[in-house]
Amino acid sequence: MKNRILPMLIMGAGTLYFLVPIWWLVVGASKTRSQFSSTEPLWFADFALFDNLGELFAYRDGVFLRWLGNSIVYTGGAALLGTLLAAMCGYALAKYRFPGREAIFNVVLSGVLVPATALALPLFLIFSQFEATNTFWSVFLPSLVNPFGVYLARIYATASVPDELLEAARLDGSGEIRTFFQVSAKLMFPALVTIFLFHFVAVWNNFLLPLIMLGEERLFPVTLGLYSWNTQVNQVPELRMLVIVGALVSIVPLVFAFLLLQRFWRNGLGAGAVK
Amino acid sequence: MKKALIFFIAPFGVLFTAFYLVPIGYAIKQSLYKVERTGTFGPAREVFGGLAQYQRVFTDGPFWESIGRVLLFGIVQVPVMLGLALILALLLDSGLVKGRRFFRLAFFVPYAVPGVIAAIMWGFLYSPNLSPFTSVTSSVDLLSADLVLWSMANVVTWVYVGYNMLIIYSALLAVPTEVYEAARIDGAGQFRTAWSIKIPLVMPAIVLTTVFSIIGTLQLLAEPQVFRAFSSAVSSTYTPNLTVYSTSSIPNFNLAAAFSVVLALATCLLSFAFLKMTQRRGGEQ
Repeated sequence: MKNRILPMLIMGAGTLYFLVPIWWLVVGASKTRSQFSSTEPLWFADFALFDNLGELFAYRDGVFLRWLGNSIVYTGGAALLGTLLAAMCGYALAKYRFPGREAIFNVVLSGVLVPATALALPLFLIFSQFEATNTFWSVFLPSLVNPFGVYLARIYATASVPDELLEAARLDGSGEIRTFFQVSAKLMFPALVTIFLFHFVAVWNNFLLPLIMLGEERLFPVTLGLYSWNTQVNQVPELRMLVIVGALVSIVPLVFAFLLLQRFWRNGLGAGAVK
Repeated sequence: MKKALIFFIAPFGVLFTAFYLVPIGYAIKQSLYKVERTGTFGPAREVFGGLAQYQRVFTDGPFWESIGRVLLFGIVQVPVMLGLALILALLLDSGLVKGRRFFRLAFFVPYAVPGVIAAIMWGFLYSPNLSPFTSVTSSVDLLSADLVLWSMANVVTWVYVGYNMLIIYSALLAVPTEVYEAARIDGAGQFRTAWSIKIPLVMPAIVLTTVFSIIGTLQLLAEPQVFRAFSSAVSSTYTPNLTVYSTSSIPNFNLAAAFSVVLALATCLLSFAFLKMTQRRGGEQ
């Protein structure tokens, strides 16, 4: 029994380290502006969360709500479409033999090593030649590409879609494309969730691309919006409260989604790491 | 069959070409040009400059200082983060801990917080007048020039430990239990089993997380960019990515492109060298 004490102490310390900042955010977002810096930072004072939320959503004609909507489209949309594209490509690379297959795979794989931030600046220059910077598409389209997703999709398709099944589908007269959507995609489903999650996080975390591309506030994703508010805190002190409440609003749904989908994470991470 | 292949590969292929291959090519091309003016106020035109931009990159003091800074950051932060992740994963796997499900979830929560928002949050937590840890922040200035790098390292560690822990933990779960049976019969204790059996078996997972961390370190941008609002110690050339960003907004796109190319090459080279190094060590065993 004695040798359980130290491990539990370490786990407890870890829990404090990871959760206290989140707790602080929850508590802070619930306070009135004047109490925020004058009361105990880690415990509740007057409960003003709903007033704060009201103020957040009303500020500058509800621009924050607009940012949330943008983030859903940028991140959710790009991850959904991007997963489909990566899955199709990875599946083809796993299940068909054709000249140039390995060459394509190697080029895509080396794409994984190219830092996304090294692409952001040339992308900006290319988009500006078409006068397409500061548009929704300038952030959305580049976010669709996920080379790591292709790599994972290939591994999963090799492991989970048996050749015999494809043969059987062909004998039954099912076209290749129909077979993919009706048979293979279903077998790959757990893998697709993993690829989606990875892609989602990558786009959600991508800061430089929207920072470089977007000038107009109404196109910002919520991360860039909160960043821009935070840089103005010194001139407009009341923004500090909005930044804190906004940060809470933007992470809470994600934290829940992550916890619900965690099972998929674990499986997916395992498969990615074995290779 | 051929039609199907095109259907499957072309959509990704076209986007990959447009948003990966073309920009890389374009950056390389841009980096070989320079802007020339006739007189001081004459019209600007782009002329081929050969390696002139690269010459500037290699003699740019602040840029190399920033590279040195992120390397120092990486040498300290990556082992600390992965060491923590490994210890937590081994403890979760050891059977000595109750409430495993809770801990796994609790440690993973910060990963849902994007870097920018994590940096904003910690920026407030470090600020002397807002921090819940006033006993610390009133005696030590965590945003001072000496410490701000390590304050950022803490933000990155906070976000990614749980994620890396989960990768290592999944690898541990994949180890067949007979292996542990055998070790137990041979009289190996928990510590001995972890050191001699578990760690070598999850080495591929650790290598993977290290490579991702190296890439992440050299790309450091959101945290320093946010911290500029909290601390005057973070300059516009604090990390290589900030240098690229501020050079492009001067604007000097050709020089910024050269910075990007050098940075991308350095990242690939470091990741590749690390992979090779660990593969060779693995081969000797």
